[in-house]
Amino acid sequence: MQSEAAVIRRRDLFSLIGAMAGSAAMYHAMTSLGFASESNYKGPVRLEGDPKGASVLILGAGLAGMSAALELRKAGYKVQILEFNNRAGGRNWTLRGGDTFVELGGYKQTCEFDHGLYVNPGPWRIPYHHRALLDYCRRLGVALEPFIQLNHNAYLHASRAFGGEPQKIRAIKADFQGQVSELLAKVTQQGKLDEAVSKEDQEILLQALRSWGALDSDYRYNANLLSAEFRGYAREPGGGLSSAPLPSDPVTLSDLLRSRVWRYLQSFARYNFQTTMFQPVGGMDMIGKAFAKEVGDLIRYNAKVTQIQQNDRGVTVSYVDTTNPSTVLHAKADWCICTIPLSILSQIPIDVGSRMEAAIDAVSYAGAVKIGLQFKRRFWEEDEAIYGGITYTDLPIRQIAYPNEGFNRAGRGVLLGAYLFEGANAYEFTAMTPAERIASALEFGSMIHPQYKQEFENGVAVAWHRVPFTLGCSGEWTDEGRVKHYKNLCQIDGRIVLAGEHASDLPAWQEGAILSSLDAIARLHERVVKT
Amino acid sequence: MRPTKAHFVASGAGAVLLAFLPAAADFAQDNPATRPTFSSGYRFVEMAGEELFANVCQGCHMPDASGAAGAGAYPSLIANRNLATSSYAVHLVVNGRRGMPAFGDMMTDGQVAAVVNYLRTHFGNSYTDAVTAREVAEARR
Repeated sequence: MQSEAAVIRRRDLFSLIGAMAGSAAMYHAMTSLGFASESNYKGPVRLEGDPKGASVLILGAGLAGMSAALELRKAGYKVQILEFNNRAGGRNWTLRGGDTFVELGGYKQTCEFDHGLYVNPGPWRIPYHHRALLDYCRRLGVALEPFIQLNHNAYLHASRAFGGEPQKIRAIKADFQGQVSELLAKVTQQGKLDEAVSKEDQEILLQALRSWGALDSDYRYNANLLSAEFRGYAREPGGGLSSAPLPSDPVTLSDLLRSRVWRYLQSFARYNFQTTMFQPVGGMDMIGKAFAKEVGDLIRYNAKVTQIQQNDRGVTVSYVDTTNPSTVLHAKADWCICTIPLSILSQIPIDVGSRMEAAIDAVSYAGAVKIGLQFKRRFWEEDEAIYGGITYTDLPIRQIAYPNEGFNRAGRGVLLGAYLFEGANAYEFTAMTPAERIASALEFGSMIHPQYKQEFENGVAVAWHRVPFTLGCSGEWTDEGRVKHYKNLCQIDGRIVLAGEHASDLPAWQEGAILSSLDAIARLHERVVKT
Repeated sequence: MRPTKAHFVASGAGAVLLAFLPAAADFAQDNPATRPTFSSGYRFVEMAGEELFANVCQGCHMPDASGAAGAGAYPSLIANRNLATSSYAVHLVVNGRRGMPAFGDMMTDGQVAAVVNYLRTHFGNSYTDAVTAREVAEARR
């Protein structure tokens, strides 16, 4: 356990390492801690050899379960899937008008969004390097469109800086580059880098700083049309007699540093958030639906697993139909792929060895909350020219994300009015009723967009610890926990193997769920073909 | 503290909110005395056991501590005999286990002690041996 006084979160550690030692050092640190790990997808899995009629029972019809089902059936296995929900997809999930959702505690919400509007309560963006997921999208005909992670015209907001006024990402980014460049140019010219940088390289460095930082001919970052080209104008260039642009005033280095808005800049720099990112056209659940079109005939819905038994001949899973829970039913197969989240699996009696059992018990599930808000008009576009992207804030809502589709259209729109992942606020919002969460999101969001109060119509709020089919957002591995338990979690135990984002080095990402599944079925298949 | 079922006085901006959000009619934030607490960073700022329960525990264990069940369950904490041994409750809050997340990094020893003491003296639990922050410190791995 970390000491009380010196708790430093991994993310802060990364920014610190990045700031002190450069991005390469940060990348190495992140890789060694299991973060920046690239998808190791090498193309469609090839399961060669005859399974000789072997059967596989898959628990969970999320992306892990359905990708396993698709590949195993193709390889000649007899496959069946048990799914707790009355739909496929799991956390790959979209809420639209007319959808109802009952969270734990019985709080029921009916989504009242207009036709065509939606919110993705779970995953919502796909990095370009998540090759497995993208490959399945291509194979299953899921249309993609850009997910805008960086919109220069969205905001960075610190409630106690700049008089509470949100700042354009464009301006903060330009000012940070400009101020740092000016500083570095100054020490270069003062000869303070003579030991570290050759004279010739210093000349090039100064050129680079001018170019990258928008410095003037004296290597100063000032209010002029040069810096305005980066940070934006006080008066935009126009036509005719009103054409002359006016520069805007940069934020001082001290104000910039003390505002701490610089900490959000890594949200656009980190590997998982670099352009190009994607989203499925029409909602994230288009992926789950496309999988279900392939393997839906194998799924038994409303099946709540109550026990998982195995012996040397096969696996028997007890379950009840949630619409008639008094009768215990049984499903049998030669092998079992279990994708049930560990927060739930840890509560189900399962015949596995003590090491896998300890691993199943050891992983906390992250708190996360997403709130979708429908407004009468797309004021962020009409009034503020914000087309897609994300505003970051230190308010408890943390983010406001703008729709990346339907641009420049008249009529209603849905914002993601809060996205909390890990940390105290995620729990505080979970502890509220859905109506309280929405009211809070409106109250805080209106500090950034005053239009909220006039334009709001309705909303939905999903707190993942209250989602009945996961009891949390995703496996939240600690570094020590991963060292101690990860391999034990992923090993085949007799006739049972686990899969899902929790059994991957890409926790909370759909790519992790699929890669974990492909890895598990490849190992399982090898064992089946050999025996 | 944040009452679980409060009826707040609406004024100013809150009143505007109320006009278009009937479902949140008991939730205005203008009055600092009744405004819910939000932490500013990764760790919780709530210090009292009652407020920690209302802002953290009840997310899963529910406002009346009766728990909830879906594909898995959150246990009821009402008259819960597992609370008889204070060290067990402390261990669970600090380290987590199964569906229970680990809060050791998010709460100080004093906060863990406060919330465990609150649970062990409410919801039909009446254990008089209070946990100290020092005992929590010893429970950390």
